Amino acid sequence: MSEPLLSLSGVSRHFGALKAVDAVDLGIPAGSRHALIGPNGAGKSTLFKLITGAMPVSSGTVALGGSDITGLSENQRARRGISQTLQHSSLFLTQTVLQNVLLAAQRHHPGRRSLVPRRQAAARERARALLADVGLEQRSDTPVAALSHGERRQVEVAVALACEPRLLLLDEPAAGMSPAESARLVGLLQALPESVTVVIVEHDLDVVFALATSVTVLHLGRVLLTGSPDQVRTSDAVQEAYLGTGRESLFLDGTGPAHLEVS
Amino acid sequence: MAGWFDANLVSILNGFAIGSLLFILAVGLSIVFGMMDVLNLAHGAFFLVGSYLAVTFVAGESWAGFFTALGVAALVGLLAGGALAGLTEPLARRPILDQALLTLGISLIVAEVLSIIYGNDVFSVPEPPALAGSVSVAGSAYPTYRLMLIAVGLVLALVVWLVVEKTSIGALVRASVADREMVSAMGIDNRKVKFAVLGVGSLLATVAGVLAAPVYGARPGLDKTILLLALVVIVIGGLGSIRGALVGALVIGQVESLGRALVPDYASFILFGTLALVLIVRPRGLFAGKVAH
Amino acid sequence: MSVVPDSTTEPAAAGPEVRPSPTRGRGLALRAAPLLVLFLLLAAVPLFVAPFTANTLSRILIFALFAVSLDLLVGITGLPSLGHAAYFGIGAYTAGLVSIHWTSEAPVPVLLAAAAGAVAAAATGWLAVRSGGVYFLMLTLAMGELVHQLAQRLTGVTGGSNGLFGIPSVRVGGEPLTLAGLLYWYVLAIALLGFVGLWLVAHSPFGSTLKGIRDNEPRMRSLGYSPFRYKFVAFAIAGGFAGLAGGLFAGLVRIVNPTDTGFTTSALILLAVVLGGAGTLWGPVLGAAVVVLVRDTFGPQLDGHGPLLLGVVFVVAVYVLPRGFAGLAGLATRRRRAPGGAA
Repeated sequence: MSEPLLSLSGVSRHFGALKAVDAVDLGIPAGSRHALIGPNGAGKSTLFKLITGAMPVSSGTVALGGSDITGLSENQRARRGISQTLQHSSLFLTQTVLQNVLLAAQRHHPGRRSLVPRRQAAARERARALLADVGLEQRSDTPVAALSHGERRQVEVAVALACEPRLLLLDEPAAGMSPAESARLVGLLQALPESVTVVIVEHDLDVVFALATSVTVLHLGRVLLTGSPDQVRTSDAVQEAYLGTGRESLFLDGTGPAHLEVS
Repeated sequence: MAGWFDANLVSILNGFAIGSLLFILAVGLSIVFGMMDVLNLAHGAFFLVGSYLAVTFVAGESWAGFFTALGVAALVGLLAGGALAGLTEPLARRPILDQALLTLGISLIVAEVLSIIYGNDVFSVPEPPALAGSVSVAGSAYPTYRLMLIAVGLVLALVVWLVVEKTSIGALVRASVADREMVSAMGIDNRKVKFAVLGVGSLLATVAGVLAAPVYGARPGLDKTILLLALVVIVIGGLGSIRGALVGALVIGQVESLGRALVPDYASFILFGTLALVLIVRPRGLFAGKVAH
Repeated sequence: MSVVPDSTTEPAAAGPEVRPSPTRGRGLALRAAPLLVLFLLLAAVPLFVAPFTANTLSRILIFALFAVSLDLLVGITGLPSLGHAAYFGIGAYTAGLVSIHWTSEAPVPVLLAAAAGAVAAAATGWLAVRSGGVYFLMLTLAMGELVHQLAQRLTGVTGGSNGLFGIPSVRVGGEPLTLAGLLYWYVLAIALLGFVGLWLVAHSPFGSTLKGIRDNEPRMRSLGYSPFRYKFVAFAIAGGFAGLAGGLFAGLVRIVNPTDTGFTTSALILLAVVLGGAGTLWGPVLGAAVVVLVRDTFGPQLDGHGPLLLGVVFVVAVYVLPRGFAGLAGLATRRRRAPGGAA
């Protein structure tokens, strides 16, 4: 096995006394479909932000493709090939579906800095193809504000893919989707080429087990277990985390204090 | 060094006097923004109202006139702030720009009404009789009134610090600056708080106008100059931070006074340079009290 | 613009795949026709009106260009500036000084004015665009006042509070433009070029990136854009077009005062943008027309207390027209579309 695409070593994030993420080591090989699961408050969302650069680490290093990216900002990391969908749908509401995807697609095609209007044929074609993939080709001229929740999640995925990622991070992409929509999502993600490595944070364990080739279980900010889906399913420790002590940690959701730290 | 200090003692003292005035102004502006998210661009116009009230009442050059001016100014400030709270209430859910535009319109109206009443003349205002002379400070004669201004500024800083740090009202203020939703979730009527905060904030502006009148006089355009200085102070100090307002006011007071005394042609550059320097090092000011949205 | 030749030269070749092209071409033609009529009307104006009216219209055009340049910041990028007059004033002083000391031959003063506006905006803007929201508002206000004070203090260069006067007439091909009508055509030509330039920027990929930043800056960052760079360039471009408007202004009124760089002018032009409807480009043109008419027509009747009326307009506009005239137009079209709006 070659060097992992994404590797975290000793990554921590503290909010005062609360260790939302505590010394996490993780290596995710290129091409894998990796799921991060864990009960509420396990630190999944915080870890997600530490990887994307939306939040700085308290200590530890994040490396992508062997080079240290700990000191890079979110937009610099995005340019290195990290792309994400966010837990709370975060689109450009006043613009159409196509314009939303185009904003991401044009970044990777020439002409994005042009000061005069351009058709941007290549970017436009790519955006339309992605919308067809997620099943929204009929809606491309609809303002995002008029879409259903599930449809917005689909746009999010198209936007994330339009960034041509090496590493695609999905934060609860199936939340609020109908069963048909989430089945379509799983199909779409399964069809992604090997060149895209996928890390998914998801509550819906059906989606996780349909998609993931490896799973990491987080509990109270620490890695409880990393293994195949079958190992995770049969692990006593995981059962306990979800059913036992996990309940108490409901109130320590790692996303809570995060709002105060946005810089 | 000592020689330089002696030579510029008057300028340094002037800097403290200006700093005192700026603190009184800026603390009002800063609390109003920090607690209520209202950027009151009429703050300078309210200040000018105070200055013109001093022109009206201090004509007799008596303590009675001075205190009448202060009292009337305080009342006018409270009422104006209350009115502003009522006016901004319907705009609470709109972008901050809309409230800023409203206060901008109000500042234009107030400034023009003042120039209709008082004309475009430059008024000077005498000090209250007992403070009209000067005293000797380390060998230099220095106006007594300005020393009193420094004292008032220090006392006010102390009072504000005590109120904010040691009283339950202060706890409410601090909580509001940190997280307004939480305070209204605690069952405290946000609207009452808003009336009180804007009232007190505007009162500080009009009172500062009266206090400044013997130094700056009263003239059209003074409102904008003062608003600019107060804004620079709170940008340097950090929005919503009282400590920031104090430090910013002292810094800008010295920049204004020493800068104008030493390099009169470049004083504006020094003012802007200070602002730029602080923001390069600390983009949200020296004591950023809250995350600006 | 490149769309036009594609769709109009080959309408016959339209197969099923390129069907959108002809309709788009027709749509453009339909939209272009009123603009063409408007342009012809504007161009014909000096033939029918008194010199004073032509002069007022020239001023409206200049302030409209100034307002649209501010709209690039306020409406398109989401950066409300209270110091935009600084760059207008720097442009005006530049054009005035160039005309006095060097040449008033047509494009030279305005081009240098635009360059000076852009350079000044770039020199100060990097500081302002680092911070958003209210900080931006306050910093731009502070920078505008600084320029105002400089204009007042540097008496040797700017003439101080007396203003910079004695600016010679604009010359075209060596001939001075002294007739109000000719001067109007000159202003119209340059202002139209300015409008087209700003329209192109707003509708370019760069412009859509700016709109993305306006709507959701964190998301743009996660897509790999650096909002700072885009905002900075937008600020410099807006400063350049404001400088262009200032250059035209100096050529028209032939005196520049420190107040042209100051807070009142900045507030006035922001009022024009807000009154017209930020983000629409055409709204601020209307807003500027109203503001200039109120200030120059009714203002003198108030003994120089025009700002009083403007203050009232400000307050009323905030409550009555939250989206400006453009908001009213939006309501009208929505109502018209409502009956068949199911599709």
